[in-house]
Amino acid sequence: MNRVQALWKSSVGKKAVMAVSGLLLVAYLVTHVLANLLVFQGPEKINLYSRLLHGTGGALWVARLALLAAVVVHIVAAVQLTRRSQVARPVGYAGGRRPQVSTLASRSIRWGGVLILVFIVYHVLHFTVGIVHTSFVEGDPYHNVVAGFANLLVVAFYELALVAVGLHLYHGLWSSGRSLGVSQPSPRPLRRQLAVALSLIVWAGFTVIPLAVYAGVIR
Amino acid sequence: MNVTLQVWRQAGPSAPGGMVRYEANDISPDASFLEMLDVVNERLMAAGEVPIAFDHDCREGICGSCSLMINGVAHGPNKGTATCQLHMRSFADGREISVEPWRSRAFPILRDLVVSREAFDRIIAAGGYISAPTGSAIDGNATLIAKDEVDTAMDAAQCIGCGACVAACPNGSASLFTAAKITHLGLLPQGQPERGLRARRMVEQMDIEGFGGCTLYGECQEACPKLISIDTITRMNRDYLRAAVAPVRAVVSESD
Repeated sequence: MNRVQALWKSSVGKKAVMAVSGLLLVAYLVTHVLANLLVFQGPEKINLYSRLLHGTGGALWVARLALLAAVVVHIVAAVQLTRRSQVARPVGYAGGRRPQVSTLASRSIRWGGVLILVFIVYHVLHFTVGIVHTSFVEGDPYHNVVAGFANLLVVAFYELALVAVGLHLYHGLWSSGRSLGVSQPSPRPLRRQLAVALSLIVWAGFTVIPLAVYAGVIR
Repeated sequence: MNVTLQVWRQAGPSAPGGMVRYEANDISPDASFLEMLDVVNERLMAAGEVPIAFDHDCREGICGSCSLMINGVAHGPNKGTATCQLHMRSFADGREISVEPWRSRAFPILRDLVVSREAFDRIIAAGGYISAPTGSAIDGNATLIAKDEVDTAMDAAQCIGCGACVAACPNGSASLFTAAKITHLGLLPQGQPERGLRARRMVEQMDIEGFGGCTLYGECQEACPKLISIDTITRMNRDYLRAAVAPVRAVVSESD
């Protein structure tokens, strides 16, 4: 068995793969949220940004394929590790096991991940491909956003999915340093605060846009 | 005081099991949880019934034998204690208490509340030692070790192998146990030569035994009677990943 196979086979190695792919996706989300916030500055800037991205030609597709690969390995590892956990305790506690300290974010990470996957598929069909959009115009993201968030159900689904994204990011960011073995022992670690701050920023940045459109602030 | 127990009874490894209700009356609040079970067993035997089987040995929190899931919490409600150090005064009079064995595929139930923890022995056998000839005892100060390193190694070395980490983990992971051993030996100078190999072998054995992976819920360090930190898990991951990417020594006779 070669080393890559051995790493992938082990539970510790799979978590390292999840941490690296997860951090790559977080880095993407940070640029994504910053770019999205251009929508508050009117149609010109965000549409220009969109043209710049699409003007890069091959580079855009390289980035998309890298993100797709990160999503795929993240999910495959997650599914395999979840399966491993289920097999590890075939008979549960008759009186239940009472969680003592685990956070809501950690306990919801698996189902939250499933919700995020459903959301990503919908989101790509909504704003990238445009086939679930009522009046999609290629190359006019400003219009697509304004028209796309006119529907209350769509806005509600986005907001729900973004709560899952925020919780997922919080536990993922905090735990990835440990999964990779780089978090240093400290009497006063700032890891929790950093993870909370970054996930709050990403969550808030994405969350205000559908609300602003629905409230008529962006039109 | 009086309590009502719901105890998992199972006649043997493959026998069907179930919760059975027992009234434990006139129990001293100063009795330990195990002493309370002793009283219940004496009464069961006097009535001609089969006593409840449970693991116990030192009864002072250092052997790691006792292992009960009490009201869904490993070793019961008090932090940093084993079941033998839990006293009945920690429970309200008249309370119902559920008592179950550790639940893990790698810890098969032998009888009632007794599980086999041989999986832990096999993880230790895979690399949880230092293979050096010891001979006669060397001078205690021959190898100096920094105080901080000693203390951190000693914190990890406190692991008594009770299995509460596995029992409390939503994934049924043995990461805290394995990591405690890897940290204990990996921080000491004598443990350095085999550090990478040890991490690889012990993690591989942990996976082979069928324990779950680590999601860093943190339930294990809360359940641990020795308060071992999940910082040890970070160290295990570091040692394992370093060993996984470290260059391999190879003797190559390359022909042209």
